[in-house]
Amino acid sequence: MKRPSSRRAAPPRKSAQRAEPKAGQVMSQEDQFRLKVGLAEMLKGGVIMDVMNSDQAEIAQESGAVAVMALERIPSRIRRDGGVARMSDPSMIRRIQGVVDIPVMAKCRIGHFVEAQILESLEIDFVDESEVLTPADEAHHVWKHDFKVPFVCGCRDLGEALRRIGEGAAMIRTKGEAGTGNVVEAVRHMRAVVSHMRRLTTMGKDELMAEAKTLGAPFALVQLVAATGRLPVPNFAAGGVATPADAALMMSLGAEAVFVGSGIFEVGDADHPKEARKAQMQMAKAIVQAVANWNRPDVLRDISTGLPQAMRGISIETLPEGELLAKRGW
Amino acid sequence: MGLLSLQGDFARHAEALLALGAEPVRVSLPEHLRDLDALIVPGGESSTMLRLLDATGLRGGVQRFVRERPVLGTCAGLILLARDVERLPAPTLGVIDIGAERNAYGRQVHSFTHDVDVAPLADTMAGMFIRAPRITRVGRGVEVIARLDGEPVGVRQGLAVAITFHPELTDDRRLHAWFLGDVAGLKLRAGGAVR
Repeated sequence: MKRPSSRRAAPPRKSAQRAEPKAGQVMSQEDQFRLKVGLAEMLKGGVIMDVMNSDQAEIAQESGAVAVMALERIPSRIRRDGGVARMSDPSMIRRIQGVVDIPVMAKCRIGHFVEAQILESLEIDFVDESEVLTPADEAHHVWKHDFKVPFVCGCRDLGEALRRIGEGAAMIRTKGEAGTGNVVEAVRHMRAVVSHMRRLTTMGKDELMAEAKTLGAPFALVQLVAATGRLPVPNFAAGGVATPADAALMMSLGAEAVFVGSGIFEVGDADHPKEARKAQMQMAKAIVQAVANWNRPDVLRDISTGLPQAMRGISIETLPEGELLAKRGW
Repeated sequence: MGLLSLQGDFARHAEALLALGAEPVRVSLPEHLRDLDALIVPGGESSTMLRLLDATGLRGGVQRFVRERPVLGTCAGLILLARDVERLPAPTLGVIDIGAERNAYGRQVHSFTHDVDVAPLADTMAGMFIRAPRITRVGRGVEVIARLDGEPVGVRQGLAVAITFHPELTDDRRLHAWFLGDVAGLKLRAGGAVR
């Protein structure tokens, strides 16, 4: 029964040959979706960092990030600059793909399926259909099942999470309020999702249809959450995480991994790039360790000691209604 | 049953173990390694896991454990157990004499599901290959236990088993059952080894 072990494996073939499975083993959409969710599973317990250039991508990888998000301007700068924020230039994304081995993500505008197609043809590992960019469609999100590339989408509550999963999102994250360095909105959104899931598990079968109507969510997904008490895809935190303690807080509230946008590369004084780089590396490493040790206050205490000053941050009440990114999408 | 729980899909392995009646123990500190029958190194990002092995002070204990006790690695877990892997930030545990190349099939759009021939099961099972590594060299004394179109995707050397795909992401528990029963020599409760 046992095969004799060969001394040397066949030389690696071109990946393109393996990309298409043999005839008779064509992958169903369900298989495809499992693969997409599978990649999200691999990122659990990790930190995904926004990076604007290859130097930052290297800092992220060296600090232990599980993936990077390539974008031209981190959310805090998009906030500062105003104007329409769009998908990043493919050349910038390619440069980042060239310097790291970990997965590379990139953002498309809400509903902008052509930007998503471009990102897919760049072989991005995950597309973030993101409220941080200016929405391209005020009524529809991208139909994500038709893509081979997995998508992550933001949510503020359970209904929004389940609508995005219904459209094919393979990962859900809180929206939080990106670029503020203020974790309060991410906490609100994570608590909303988790407590609503808990409530569903206590409901009778006959109550779920009315609940699905209130949530504005697909009935089958409402039934699934009621049965399992959790989302059918990984549930990550994003939007306003600025310190190791913020990251650990989100993990304690039920997040399975953490996105850090402006919280790392807004650290340090831009006039002193060498010192700034060191401070950014220190913050990045500390957040990675905090996510791995989120339930151990003694470790978090040591990690949080002597860190560089976190980004200044913005109090949410001071933001005019029109500047709230989390309100984008539905 | 220990589960290296630094980063990755260890929770999915825990589900597989529970379904087979084994008790999963999360390993994130050196003292968690005490009294374990075997260890699973899950899928995830191998570079992140290696950095955390050093940062948590787990490396020494895990290194000793995998030399003496049964260990199963999937995907990134195979990378950690392999002897020769390029472009990594820290040395691997090197307990299986193979060479491996990370993300050898390409980026996520090239991830795929395909039937794999698993010799110890004398059957095929669905293999999910997610940004999977490839085994580029199989050393003397290493037995190939799984093949994809003839190419090795699973190996065993002594008590160490490593595969490039993810049985923990499917409901097929046969490979976990084989590892627990035949490799680790644990008794499964009646019916536990059945799919």
